[in-house]
Amino acid sequence: MDELGRLPGIGPKSAQRIAFHVLAADPIDVKRLAVALQRVKESVRFCEVCFNVAEADRCKVCRDPRRTDEVLCVVEEPKDVVAIERTGEFRGRYHVLGGAINPLEGIGPDHLRIRDLLVRLADGVIKELILATDPNTEGEATATYLALLVKPMGLTVTRLASGLPVGGDLEYADEITLGRAFEGRREM
Amino acid sequence: MYLRVLDLVDFRSYARATVEFEPGPSVLVGLNGAGKTNLIEAAHYIATLGSHRVATDTPLVRAGASRAIVRAAIAHVDRELLVELSIEPGKANRARLGRAPVNRTRDILGALRLVLFAPEDLSLVRGDPGERRRFLDDLLVLRQPRYAGVRADYDRVLKQRNALLRSAYLARRTGGSRGGDLSTLDVWDAHLARHGAELLAGRLELCAALGPHVGQAYDAVSRDRSRPDGVAEARMSYLPSWEDASGRPDTAVADIEPVLRESLAAARTSEIERGITLVGPHRDELVLTIGDLPVRGYASHGECWSYALALKLSAYDVLRTDGIEPVLVMDDVFAELDSDRRQRLAQTLEGASQVLVTCAVDADVPAALRGRRYLVAEGEVRRA
Repeated sequence: MDELGRLPGIGPKSAQRIAFHVLAADPIDVKRLAVALQRVKESVRFCEVCFNVAEADRCKVCRDPRRTDEVLCVVEEPKDVVAIERTGEFRGRYHVLGGAINPLEGIGPDHLRIRDLLVRLADGVIKELILATDPNTEGEATATYLALLVKPMGLTVTRLASGLPVGGDLEYADEITLGRAFEGRREM
Repeated sequence: MYLRVLDLVDFRSYARATVEFEPGPSVLVGLNGAGKTNLIEAAHYIATLGSHRVATDTPLVRAGASRAIVRAAIAHVDRELLVELSIEPGKANRARLGRAPVNRTRDILGALRLVLFAPEDLSLVRGDPGERRRFLDDLLVLRQPRYAGVRADYDRVLKQRNALLRSAYLARRTGGSRGGDLSTLDVWDAHLARHGAELLAGRLELCAALGPHVGQAYDAVSRDRSRPDGVAEARMSYLPSWEDASGRPDTAVADIEPVLRESLAAARTSEIERGITLVGPHRDELVLTIGDLPVRGYASHGECWSYALALKLSAYDVLRTDGIEPVLVMDDVFAELDSDRRQRLAQTLEGASQVLVTCAVDADVPAALRGRRYLVAEGEVRRA
């Protein structure tokens, strides 16, 4: 139970529930879970191109020949890749920074995979860079830093828009989101 | 708007208390330590999500209980809002609006708007500049909730920038020649200037709105009839933490941002030397003067007190001008005033949608404000 409780998002009550579930479960199911956990740790590593999670030297996105090499999307974490992939809207490649600039935690540009990004941009194949870091203080700072760094190389740099959630009611949007949505409004 | 019901469970000295209020003036009477201010504090907590007396939540929960619950029914023009807040020290507070839980407790802000004047407010005038900045920012958020976000963004960027400067400072001291990694400082400058300009523009606009009210309110609570020439005029002026070449501060965000950026650039050497951000709204001052003299260091106790009261009354006036009718709370105010000033204060409060007054002695409260009376004693509140 203590081991389970150390996992993110799992409190003491959930840990207890999972532990008793495992006790009651079919031994074959439990075995399968254990093997899966072990295999993840043994076989999954980071893609040598974009630093996404991968089961081979290169991740699935980097190996896919149907995707365009001209658009590159910069994200903070591998889980951001998963989120964007779920939209099915993006057909370019990714670059995972491994975090955001955060002086409070001692993270500067040298701790992120920014040098690797510049190396990837050097050959001129990439025409557009999409900065998809988190819309918080640290993510915004990282985006600004990258924009300043990359703009002189002559490619298009874009930032994801921030605004209202789809399917929501205006009246329930918090004033900060609504304020930003006003700022980023567009002509129809 | 007015506070119709206040219901407390395990809050401060109260195991359980339900008090029904009505519009207009109400007076809470009780001995010192009876629990009058605890009621005020609970209402204030619902309105601002913070206590005006303590910085942590632990003292708010009755000894022996694990959490306190404050419920309020607030009558607005066209409807009544129910707000419930559960305060559990060490955990995140939880709130309900109507019957439904809200995602963030921040969402209940605005349900009850309240202007409180309490003895602690003397520090508004006598205390550090931070007290006056907080007064402005709190009022800014009360008028336009959007500023809660601006303020939080600014504070976060400031923290990050200070951390960067500090690490550079430490690296210089210990590592000799290399001055730490300051390659991102330009980025933080840009973000600090952007959020700072927004905060500053808000404060300047607020100061312009408050200014005339402060003069009037001070005059009302401090004029001395035995001195026919009246009292010197109370004024306040906003003093930025940097040199403004134009002499007059701009009030538009787009104008402030470049000025702030230039000032940051100019201060950079000394900032790196000292390892801290020296320029920005977090270093600004609101200068209060009476006649030609600054209040800090020159004014008497009575003058300071009148000034603090004038600031709160002008905050109330500004909100009313905006069309918001906040609840006005006067905690232990009248004991400090002579009868002439009591009368005048009572006059200025006429027409307020709700005024809650606490006092130890009935006779201190002028007749005009003697609305309904509540007796507070031994953790209970009774209508008198």
